[in-house]
This record gives sequence, C-alpha cells and structure tokens, in this order.
Amino acid sequence: MAETIAPIANDLAVKSRSVRRTIVEMAHRAHCGHVGSALSTVDILSVLYHSFLRIDPTQPQWADRDRFILSKGHGCTALYATLAQRGFFPVAELETFLRDGTLFAGHPSARHVPGVELSTGSLGHGINVGIGMALAGKRGEKNYRTVVLVSDGECDEGSTWEAALTAGFWKLNKLIVIVDYNKIQSFGRVADIMELEPFAAKWTTFNWHVQEINGHDHAEIARALSKATEETQRPSVIIAHTIKGKGVSFMEDTVDWHYWPPSDDQKAKAFSELCD
Amino acid sequence: MRTTFVKTLEAIAAKDQNIMLLTGDLGFTVLENFRDTYPKQYLNAGVAEQNMIGVAAGLALCGKRVFVYSIIPFVTFRCLEQIRNDLCYHRLPVCIVGVGAGYSYGHQGATHHAMEDISIMRSLSGMTVVCPGDPVETECAVRTIATHDGPCYLRLGKAGEPRLHTSVPDFHLGKAILMQEGTEATLIATSTMLETAVKVTKILAEKGMLIRLLSMPTVKPIDTDAIRAAAIDTPFLVTLEEHSPIGGLGSAVAEVLSVHDIRTRHLLISGPSMFTDTIGSTAFLRRQAGLDEESVREKILHFKK
Repeated sequence: MAETIAPIANDLAVKSRSVRRTIVEMAHRAHCGHVGSALSTVDILSVLYHSFLRIDPTQPQWADRDRFILSKGHGCTALYATLAQRGFFPVAELETFLRDGTLFAGHPSARHVPGVELSTGSLGHGINVGIGMALAGKRGEKNYRTVVLVSDGECDEGSTWEAALTAGFWKLNKLIVIVDYNKIQSFGRVADIMELEPFAAKWTTFNWHVQEINGHDHAEIARALSKATEETQRPSVIIAHTIKGKGVSFMEDTVDWHYWPPSDDQKAKAFSELCD
Repeated sequence: MRTTFVKTLEAIAAKDQNIMLLTGDLGFTVLENFRDTYPKQYLNAGVAEQNMIGVAAGLALCGKRVFVYSIIPFVTFRCLEQIRNDLCYHRLPVCIVGVGAGYSYGHQGATHHAMEDISIMRSLSGMTVVCPGDPVETECAVRTIATHDGPCYLRLGKAGEPRLHTSVPDFHLGKAILMQEGTEATLIATSTMLETAVKVTKILAEKGMLIRLLSMPTVKPIDTDAIRAAAIDTPFLVTLEEHSPIGGLGSAVAEVLSVHDIRTRHLLISGPSMFTDTIGSTAFLRRQAGLDEESVREKILHFKK
C-alpha cells in the first residue's frame, strides 16, 4: 500500500503546489478574497481529482461518472484550478476569472464551467443534492460514488443536519461527505461562533461512518476515501482537519484571508513559498 | 384536486419509471396507493422540506422527473432558497405540488393558509405556475407537467372541489380556457375561485349581463393574447383569485396591460394582504375576504356603473 501511495503523494505534492499558485494568482489578478478558504481544500481536491474520482474530462456528462459537489462554493478557485489541471479546460482560461463575461464567477456555476456538477454559493445545499444523486444511483443500481465537500461553517445550517439524518437513515453507502474543518468560519473561529464539537460524535449518532484525518496528508486522504468505499451500509463522513490558508505562511489560520486579496508583494512572497 | 392529482400521477408513473413522488411526510389517505404500487418511485423524505427539495434536485440531475408534495407554506416558503438555487437556477424538471390554496385549510389557521404563494413562486426565474380550477384541469395539468422541462409549481385546493368542465378542455401551459362567451365584461379566474366565477357568471347571465369567462390555470407564463383579446372585445376585465392582491393573477394581468400598453379598465378581486383575524371554515374565511359569490357579483356590478 505504502509503495503505491508514496509516488502518487509526491506527484500530488507538486500538483497541489501548482494549484495553490494558481489560486493566489487568480485572487491577485482579480483582486478578490476567499483565498484561505480555497487553500485549505487543495490537498483534498488533488487526491479526489487525480486518484479517486472516476471522471472523464472529455465527457463531463458521462452518465456513470462519480459526482463531486463543492458545497462551499466560495472556495471555487481551488476547484477551477484543479479542474483545469485535470484537463476540463485550459489553465489559461482562468485568466478571465471575475472579468465581465467570464465563465468563472466568485461561486461556481454549473451552467458555465465544465465539470461543475452543482452551482453553489449559498451554504447548506450540497449534501442534500448529493443525497438525491446517490439515491438515483442506488435505485438505478449504478456504481458511481457521490462526494460532497463542505465547510465547517456550513455545518451551522439546519439543512446540513436534515441531510445527515436522511442519508444515515437511507443507508446511502456511496455518499461521501468531506468536511474541510479548518476551524475558522466567516467572522471568526468556529469554537467561538458556533462550536461543532463533539463533531465526530454527532455524525456517528446520525448513523454515519466517521473518519478523522489530516486533510493535508495525501496518503491519509487517499486511505480514508478508499476505506469509505468499503462501507456497505452507511454514508461516510471524513472530517478533514485542515489549516485555513494552508501553504502560505502568512495566510495560515487567520480570519483575514477569508477576505483580503493578495497585494503584489504578498503574491511574490506566497509564490516564493510555493515554488517546486 | 389532490385525489385527482395522485390518480393521474399513478397512471403516468406506471408508464414512466423516471417519475418520482416525494412527500414531506404528508398525504394520509391520499398517497398510500402510490406508495404501495410504485415503491421504487416513491419516497417519504420526512418533515424536512429544505432537504427534500435538494434531494429532488439531485434526483433530477440524474434524469428523474420529480413531484414534491406537501402543504403549500411548507413546500414553498420554508424551502424557498432551495427552490430558487437548486431547482430554478439548474432548470430542473421538478414539480412542487402544494395542497391548500388560499383558505382551503380554513380552521387550521394562518400557518396553513396560502395567500402569498402565487406571488412568490411567480417571481422565481424559470418557474411555471399552474393553478388548476377543478379536477379536470388538475388532470390536464399533471399530464402536461410530466413532459415539461423545467421547474413547476402546481397549486392545488384540497379535496372535494366540483368538476366545472363538462368536457376535457384543450389544455396548454400558458393558455387560458374559454368557459363561456360574453360581451359585457371578461371575468378571469384562477385556482379555487373558478367555482365562484362559474356561479357568478351564471347569476349575472340570469340578470341579463353576459360576460366572458376565462379560466386561467397557468398564471405564469400568463396568456397575453387572451388578455389583449378580452380588452378589445369587452369593456372591462375582472380578475378573481383566492390570494393576496400583491403578485397574484390580478398583478400578472395588470403587468400585461401595462407592459403592452393595453387600454382598458381592470377590477382586481382578491383576498386581503393580511393574516386572518378570525378563525373559521373555508367558506367563512372566503366571505370575510369578500370572495363569496354575492360579494364578487356586487363588486362587478358596482364596477360596471
């Protein structure tokens, strides 16, 4: 197992750094925020798109594809950069991000971006729609998996817990939810605003298979996804402990980088930390 | 209407396995046969309407045609943003079936009344709003919606509404149905007020006032041609709905008159934009709101002067 994961992880480290550079570049060029929220998801997306999801960039609507929903739509630059890296569209197209007439909005639109399954931006929608997808697969005896990446902040939403109750009861074993648990929500620390702990216990009591991992360790992410697919009775939640702004020292673990766009100097400093 | 709805859906579901029915844990004595006959096409999503709409969206994104059933406020207001983002923005073939138009839930109180729903659903981009006036229109509407691409809102009464059409009308989404020809006014009615409109039309005819009666089962898109023709052919228009005056059928007709610069007189008859202050039956609440036959007739005769 370790033998196969090590080279992938090494390759993913390169890919993840590249995505992080693209994220900082996009935010700098478009003068926009949500950089920290995007950076915390990069390693998860890298593992998903390069070693887990059964997808075909030349056929984004392939009927039997695995489904991925970025429920925390504000972290979309990470998704755009990963989709481009995976071949859904040229990376150069991301230069249009937030420009008038672009395909790439500040929250992802399935109407515009190939590979985006669900338009998100309002929190607390992704798992619910993912349940519908997983249910259609289950009733149609399909093998595709549905993966939903949510933020910790959106676990404040009632709809998230309606979904948790439902998926557990309906035994949607091909549904995998990953929580990007970076411990910072919009206006402060999760522990100060709306504490989620005991978080794992909540999902367990809702009849989910629960794993807690380091959300920046590619091998750990891959192992957790693999283990989730072995479930035959329960949906899986992977609580990924992450660091907001991961990869850029001065952006890490701060509320500020939910909002600020990087200046020229900050972009240069970030790039110096993200070089291969 | 709800019985007709489910009977019609059962017939469609028998032939189309992509049809699905979701309920927010309501439908006692109504949905059991569907549940037992088509278990793979049925789901009770529990008392969790926001989740139910999201689930419907996910199913529709995977090729299903979904009907989502509950009492109007619960399946519209409670989960409005899910309807807007998940259904409308994605242009999904999901029909929201709301039971309890206007004061249909009478004694059950203001939480169950639906006097703002047409307005709110009509304002959503891409949403088709269908308000059948009797069981015949309900059956036509369900059959049509089952092949319609895009989100729909189907506003039903409750139970026991009489058949007002003697034959199956030529039913199309976005088209009015001519129920009686007349020259002295045009009465346009929708949803639960069609029965009252038919009675008022008959009473006025007995008094020698022949009015054109249009049933308007689709409030969005509204039948602009029928409104224009009525404005040309008859001296004034009357709209009748069991709804607030804000944003319903009357508003839709007024918008057509304004946008298309159609000159005529228009009497908007509706309920008030306020919660009911008194508790009572559907008939009682309609009388309080001025939506009984006598009140409607008097308003029309007064406006004619």
